[in-house]
Amino acid sequence: MLVLQNLSNALILACTYILMAAGLTMVYGVLKVLHIAHASVYTVGAFVGVLAFSRVGNFWVALAIAMLVSGVFGVLIYRSTYFYLLNSPRTVPLIASVGMFVMFTDLLQKPFLMGAYQRAFPAGGAGLPAIKTALFSFTPKQVLILLVAIILLAIVYLILTRTKLGLSWQAASMDREMASAVGINLNQSIAANFFLGSALAGAAGVLVGVYNNSVFATMGDLPSYKAFIIIVLGGMGSLPGAILASLILAIVENFLVASIGYVLPRDSIAFLVLILMLMFRPNGLLGRE
Amino acid sequence: MASGYLLTILIFTTMYISLALSLNILTGYAGQVSLGHAAFLGIGAYTSAVLSVRYEAPFWLAFLVAIILTGLIGTFLGLPSLRVRHDFLVLATMGINFVVVSVFKYVDFFGGAMGLVNIPAPTLFGITFRGGIPYLLLTTAYALFTLLICWYISKTWSGLAFQTIRNDEDASASLGVNPARYKIYAFGISAALAGGVGSLYAHFLGSVFPDNFVFVESIGMLSMVIFGGIGTLRGPIVGAILLRLIPELLRFIQDYRFTFYGASLVLMMLFQPMGLLGNESWVWRQITRWLRTAPQSRKEATQ
Repeated sequence: MLVLQNLSNALILACTYILMAAGLTMVYGVLKVLHIAHASVYTVGAFVGVLAFSRVGNFWVALAIAMLVSGVFGVLIYRSTYFYLLNSPRTVPLIASVGMFVMFTDLLQKPFLMGAYQRAFPAGGAGLPAIKTALFSFTPKQVLILLVAIILLAIVYLILTRTKLGLSWQAASMDREMASAVGINLNQSIAANFFLGSALAGAAGVLVGVYNNSVFATMGDLPSYKAFIIIVLGGMGSLPGAILASLILAIVENFLVASIGYVLPRDSIAFLVLILMLMFRPNGLLGRE
Repeated sequence: MASGYLLTILIFTTMYISLALSLNILTGYAGQVSLGHAAFLGIGAYTSAVLSVRYEAPFWLAFLVAIILTGLIGTFLGLPSLRVRHDFLVLATMGINFVVVSVFKYVDFFGGAMGLVNIPAPTLFGITFRGGIPYLLLTTAYALFTLLICWYISKTWSGLAFQTIRNDEDASASLGVNPARYKIYAFGISAALAGGVGSLYAHFLGSVFPDNFVFVESIGMLSMVIFGGIGTLRGPIVGAILLRLIPELLRFIQDYRFTFYGASLVLMMLFQPMGLLGNESWVWRQITRWLRTAPQSRKEATQ
């Protein structure tokens, strides 16, 4: 019983990890840049979501606005920095990304943006019903996360496999120069990639904000580091790998915390996994080779 | 008090010069970008703090043990660099920083989130001092020591070995440089030097807290190296001085210190990836050109 309930809790946690990691792994696939500033996109998404929700009062409208704004924010990040650094050594865009992350985190904490306090995000389960069975149960909030994550992932899956845009990302991830030589508009393609990935991160921010009923300026830090761990675990640039890794990490975290309690905080489990993984299986669980 | 304030700023600046120089050995010379340098500062600080608070060790002993122990731990933590490169290594060093900080935070021996307090002021040659000009002399001496080591490395064969690893690891192996061994050296030396700063840091503040050594601090140190000019001796020094002093001098930046650090990193990467005084940077080209032409024009003027 308890095992199943733990599993279903892990599934919800995994859903938020997946949404966060999907954007990162998409960006990594095309640009080969570790987009550390992704954390800021997540926080901005949650922040915009909370503001929109307090004005409109409808969760779905707030979610749409938050995804739109964080998507645009992601495209702006791309156009203002990475765009100019595509042909530099790999550490250059990476350091720029670290710089943006520090800058945005600091700015978001200022009183004219989010301030240093937590805001409530009282959207509840957006009117969804709870699911109760004999073996496990989901609260309305959990149903909401599950539903949104499944819809969004289905959309991403369709875009990746059924559209020219998805094909162009695949081409760009294999060889950027060749892709542009065969007539792919790289700029548009990468910008669209950033838009989608950032919108997913924004959605993750909103969902976590609703789930914990709190939104604050540094909420993106830990999830984004974990998203890195997930994309390393899953093999950089591999979406199925990221999904599998999210599930594994969420399950391991849930069960370790449930069974042995806080020997180390659950967050450092993830980092130990990361370091071991990098040392012994640098290509990830589902990476090539 | 004004002079006390100034002294504190100067002491911190000299400590950060040592930190930036030590990080530069790893990141500038050997090309291993690290986002975990604050972890080594922390290990040094906690070693020194534990020894003096729990075992009442004299300052010089705690200081030496901090350097040696941090160097050994750094050597060990450098092992992931043998397997992973570039951005993956950055992730690994970031992870190391998190794990080290959470060990400080959750292991009671290290005082937990409340940190370790009442670290005694250092005593050297029978003189006890905390802060003030003697401490500034101590940190300055340490910065000079770090500079000397960096200079020595850059002039010797191991400096060249680091350079080949930075430029092309596979090619360096074919030239008879063992990349694994030199990467580990770089990690060890860099960590040991940072550990020494950690000891000075702990004894200056009199207390250490896990939050002093978080990931953002590592970013600050990396900013100094990159802002000044990566891989040079002058770069990290100038970077540390500018990035420490500008926020102190311009009050309105003080509240936006990390915005300023972040923005300087982004702008540097966009416009001057070699840093302000790096070998190919605009400012450095102007300076060297001026130095080259100046003696000639002076000669012409006297003729």
